[in-house]
Amino acid sequence: MDYVIPRDENLPDLRVNIGSLEIANPVMTASGTFGYAREFENLMNLHRLGAVIVKGISLYPRAGNPPPRIVETACGMLNAIGLQNVGVDRFITEKMPYLHGLNVPVIVNILGDSLAEYEEITVRLAGVPGVSGIEVNISCPNVKKGGVAFGTDPIMAAAVTGAVKKKTDVPVMVKLSPNVSDITVIARAVEDAGADAISLINTLIGMAIDLPTRRPALANIIGGLSGPAIKPVALRMVYQVARVVSVPVIGIGGIESAEDALEFMLAGATAVQIGTANFINPRASEEVVEGIEAYAKAEKLLSIRSIIGGLRLE
Amino acid sequence: MSQYQEIATVARIEKFANKNFRLTLDCPQIAASAKPGQFVMIRTGIGKDPLLRRPFSVHQTSSGGRLQIYFKVVGRGTEILAQVKTDQEISVLGPLGRGFRLNVNAPAILIGGGLGIAPMLFLAKENCRLKRNCANDLVLLGAREKNEVEHLLDDFKRLGLRLLIATDDGSLGHHGLVTEILQSTILPPGCTVYTCGPEAMMAGVSRICQAQDIPCQVSVESVMACGMGACLGCSRPAKDGSYTHVCLNGPVYDAEDLLWTM
Ligand SMILES: Cc1cc2nc3c(=O)[nH]c(=O)nc-3n(C[C@H](O)[C@H](O)[C@H](O)COP(=O)(O)OP(=O)(O)OC[C@H]3O[C@@H](n4cnc5c(N)ncnc54)[C@H](O)[C@@H]3O)c2cc1C
Ligand SMILES: Cc1cc2nc3c(=O)[nH]c(=O)nc-3n(C[C@H](O)[C@H](O)[C@H](O)COP(=O)(O)O)c2cc1C
Ligand code: FES
Repeated sequence: MDYVIPRDENLPDLRVNIGSLEIANPVMTASGTFGYAREFENLMNLHRLGAVIVKGISLYPRAGNPPPRIVETACGMLNAIGLQNVGVDRFITEKMPYLHGLNVPVIVNILGDSLAEYEEITVRLAGVPGVSGIEVNISCPNVKKGGVAFGTDPIMAAAVTGAVKKKTDVPVMVKLSPNVSDITVIARAVEDAGADAISLINTLIGMAIDLPTRRPALANIIGGLSGPAIKPVALRMVYQVARVVSVPVIGIGGIESAEDALEFMLAGATAVQIGTANFINPRASEEVVEGIEAYAKAEKLLSIRSIIGGLRLE
Repeated sequence: MSQYQEIATVARIEKFANKNFRLTLDCPQIAASAKPGQFVMIRTGIGKDPLLRRPFSVHQTSSGGRLQIYFKVVGRGTEILAQVKTDQEISVLGPLGRGFRLNVNAPAILIGGGLGIAPMLFLAKENCRLKRNCANDLVLLGAREKNEVEHLLDDFKRLGLRLLIATDDGSLGHHGLVTEILQSTILPPGCTVYTCGPEAMMAGVSRICQAQDIPCQVSVESVMACGMGACLGCSRPAKDGSYTHVCLNGPVYDAEDLLWTM
């Protein structure tokens, strides 16, 4: 579906392209940190977003992990939500109608524990009004392969990407796990398999211990680290990946402000996602849009595209 | 339901016990829409550490746009909050969650323990305002020692309801637990119990209510990142085997809908 992107000729052009999808500005909300968008409707202007990425959806509803599921750490937080979600069918009937009404592209983040599951979710999402793209979370364990995460093996990562691509017409973004020794190998593999864009990073695996009780802070013992603490790692990975792939890269990790977002774009990101910052400041993503616009104006940029990969190395 | 992210100004800070503080904030939008049992998320620092907001029950509001919280220093966030100065600005998000469902046709028994006293003042005020006469209603407050509760007593007494106190060390009122008072008091027929406090106390209260077939509403806690249903971090097991999210479905529940492990 085409979205009407209002253009004021006096304002800088913030549009960017993710495959065949044009978005009004390079700011999206990161999966799992923005609910299904409606949670934020009283607190910000949702129409200002470049795109909304919703909580990861699986084929069947998932109950998630026992509490405690979150713990704050230095400049960040660990989470082990356990991919709780309503399942693809209820997502389509209960959440999509509202999202569709927003006039903002909706990208559905999907997850599965087998190739067949990823494929089946994609089939069910095909043709659903308002779905403008799919983001494939490959940080999940592959049950058939002894629980090794799809995203840590280039062959499995490529297989998931290919399977999803075959079943849909909308752009497919593949979201990489940073918990690998060479991120560029995985990035190349998913590009070769047909990914229209690559988003990174998902959370870094971490752990926290409560000394007084000598117990792990999370019931799941380990969890995913997010927030400002991971920004340097994310920036480095975006830089490395953007140098070796030709599809758009979407930067994620600790972005709280327009300055953070612009740094990711200089490192090679075409767009960015705002995650943990939404919890602290529900207007964070809108403020990033405003800040990027102000920067482009001040720097007299005709288009924000001109700074992508513009890092000065000499 | 309206929610706001408001820059509030600190109007007053009162120190009660060693670690107990009451903060009065100029926060007109949130104050005007908050209901008893709802909470706010406060940003205690301005930098990246501590990163997340901290949840606090609304203690009371005024028609002049003020909102109070009553809190105890237990860690970094509350430590920083205890050091705010008058006129300082802090970011407040709220009102959040589902508050108490007040039944104005039933005698009310309000039971607050420790920092769980905080939301009870707001509920008591609303109860007395709506009923006009609340002489039949009862407030039971429990604390470790006198200091934690005595500074709040005038605010409750002014409302005209019956007030009974229990302290762990016997420095004020009954020497022991509030649940002991609850058990030994003859309760008005058809009453509803509203409670907030330590988990063990609420489990005890809910057991007593269940045995006597008294409807009981509890306000529970959980760790929280967003406070508004976006992160799914604040899960708590419900009676039906699913997880409920305290910031959205709670913090106030019918006691019978939750799983009590104590
Ligand atoms: C809906 C709701 C309403 C609340 N209302 C009030 C209130 O009115 N007054 C008040 O004083 N507190 C209230 N709390 C608890 C308050 O949010 C915590 O005490 C606060 O977040 C601790 O922050 P900190 O940075 O000081 O401690 P941290 O550094 O985060 O933690 C320090 C220690 O305190 C413990 N702790 C952390 N969070 C809690 C918690 N939620 N309950 C008990 N222990 C905890 C931790 O396990 C740790 O051992 C409420 C919590 C919720 C969920
Ligand atoms: C509570 C929470 C839940 C998340 N859930 C998902 C999810 O369902 N699918 C997914 O791909 N990423 C999920 N993520 C990862 C984020 O989308 C993002 O990649 C990560 O948090 C790093 O960005 P940040 O530092 O800006 O938060 C989640 C993150 C958090 C904090
Ligand atoms: S605290 Fe985030 S969903 Fe409840």
